[in-house]
Amino acid sequence: MKILVPVKRVVDYNVKIRVKPDQTGVDLANVKMSMNPFCEIAVEEAVRLQEAGTATEIIVVSVGPAQAQETIRTALAMGADRGILVKTDDELEPLGIAKVLKAVVEAESPDLVILGKQAIDGDNNQTGQMLAALLGWSQGTFASELGIEGDKINVTREIDGGLQSVKLAMPAIITTDLRLNEPRYASLPNIMKAKKKPIDEKELAEYGVDAAPRLEIVKVAEPAEREAGVKVETVGELVDKLKNEAGVI
Amino acid sequence: MNTLLIAEHNNETLADATVKAVTAAAQMGGECHVLVAGSGCAAVADQAAKLEGVAKVLLADDAQYEKQLAEPMAALVVAMADGYATIASPASTNGKNFMPRIAALLDCSQISDITAVIDANTFERPIYAGNAIQTVKVTEAKKAVTIRATAFQAAGDGGSAGVEAAGAADNPGLSEFVNEELTKSDRPELTSAKVVVSGGRGMQSGENFPMLEKVADKLGAAVGASRAAVDAGFVPNDYQVGQTGKVVAPELYIAVGISGAIQHLAGMKDSKVIVAINKDEEAPIFQVADYGLVADLFTAVPELEEELGKAGL
Repeated sequence: MKILVPVKRVVDYNVKIRVKPDQTGVDLANVKMSMNPFCEIAVEEAVRLQEAGTATEIIVVSVGPAQAQETIRTALAMGADRGILVKTDDELEPLGIAKVLKAVVEAESPDLVILGKQAIDGDNNQTGQMLAALLGWSQGTFASELGIEGDKINVTREIDGGLQSVKLAMPAIITTDLRLNEPRYASLPNIMKAKKKPIDEKELAEYGVDAAPRLEIVKVAEPAEREAGVKVETVGELVDKLKNEAGVI
Repeated sequence: MNTLLIAEHNNETLADATVKAVTAAAQMGGECHVLVAGSGCAAVADQAAKLEGVAKVLLADDAQYEKQLAEPMAALVVAMADGYATIASPASTNGKNFMPRIAALLDCSQISDITAVIDANTFERPIYAGNAIQTVKVTEAKKAVTIRATAFQAAGDGGSAGVEAAGAADNPGLSEFVNEELTKSDRPELTSAKVVVSGGRGMQSGENFPMLEKVADKLGAAVGASRAAVDAGFVPNDYQVGQTGKVVAPELYIAVGISGAIQHLAGMKDSKVIVAINKDEEAPIFQVADYGLVADLFTAVPELEEELGKAGL
């Protein structure tokens, strides 16, 4: 079974981001970039399926700037076999990315595509579902457990009230939630080995897909700051303030 | 141009998130039509019809919609999407699941998790876990939108919309519901509770959560947790408040033994009044708390329960 894992290069999750003073976006100059955490979980799951003998090949794809190659190398060091970088300096929207990924899927014919449920920059939570729609495939979103059974895949999903299990026809799209697994750190020998694994560089134009941005970003602003309130000395004082000052109990 | 709002419900009761989403939909101009897709869900359609601002309710009552799986839901909505400028739903896990599938099939953009409607085509939404607010404008005729319900007031009663039957679409037959394990609780649901009491890593173990539950019961509150508490296995994942869990905005949020990581703040900082109880006075949670109590939670929480009792709760 062949697995395709799309990954995204984003601002590292530990970085406290700053909004640009002209409100055109978030300042990305000299900021540490990493693989989106949900994408790491997707790579880890694919590698585990390969270690279990279920998967035979893992292909990692990223759509982004030349530096996204580093993100692909990280995935190769975790255990993926080869990479595809679709180069573009434009910030594509989820629907545009899904259209590019559809073209990649058609060229590679994977049985399963595993993606992060959302990227921690745009927080859109759209790409996987859109790709499933464009391909006419089933979708198992927010997965916390996978089980392959012949030509079906059982997916346990994190839903608002608890957990839901669904059985999907394959090929399928899976998007990962936090509890699916804990991604490994790549070992030094594997990092060295990853340097020799192939990454196929493509230009976005080669796919002949219209992925031009369709939304207008009017502005990006700082959220309203919440001011720190007062410290109370005792529980009694707290209850008194909640009752008589804030009026919330 | 009209909005088609897909209702969140459990086939018996309309979710509070839908009642709030109606308010957002009304701000987008045109009529708001609510689609109730489910199985044996006629009572839900009647509830939706009574909401102020709803012009029409469409009822798709068919076994294939019982769990609102994405594949049949998308087929249904796409078949009825003509004539609507906006396809909307609450940003629940259901809405997040089916809406992008609908958007892609309609070849339109989706604006996720909107927190304000500026005009019919312009919206505010949080990005970077709420550390920035993006204003986005749609320039095309059609769009999909998911609505962060906690950012909107509930629509009033007093409507009297008609309910029309909507035919089912062909099921693509790609997915099948197997089962569900829902957390059973007599307390209110986290995202719609007026008061939320949450515990963090400072709780030390799941066995200490009943202490919070006693306080919650005095206040009619829901119980939540930080990601640290969930990752440590104290409570199930559906307790989680934060960027990767649920977003809440109650009247009163009490954070107990929670340090206040950005991740957690993203899920609760729109609460009206925030109380923090933590023994570390440097904890970042105090920077957003209206009332902070620097104390050992194992003495403060039982005392809080007692004081609430004395206050007549």
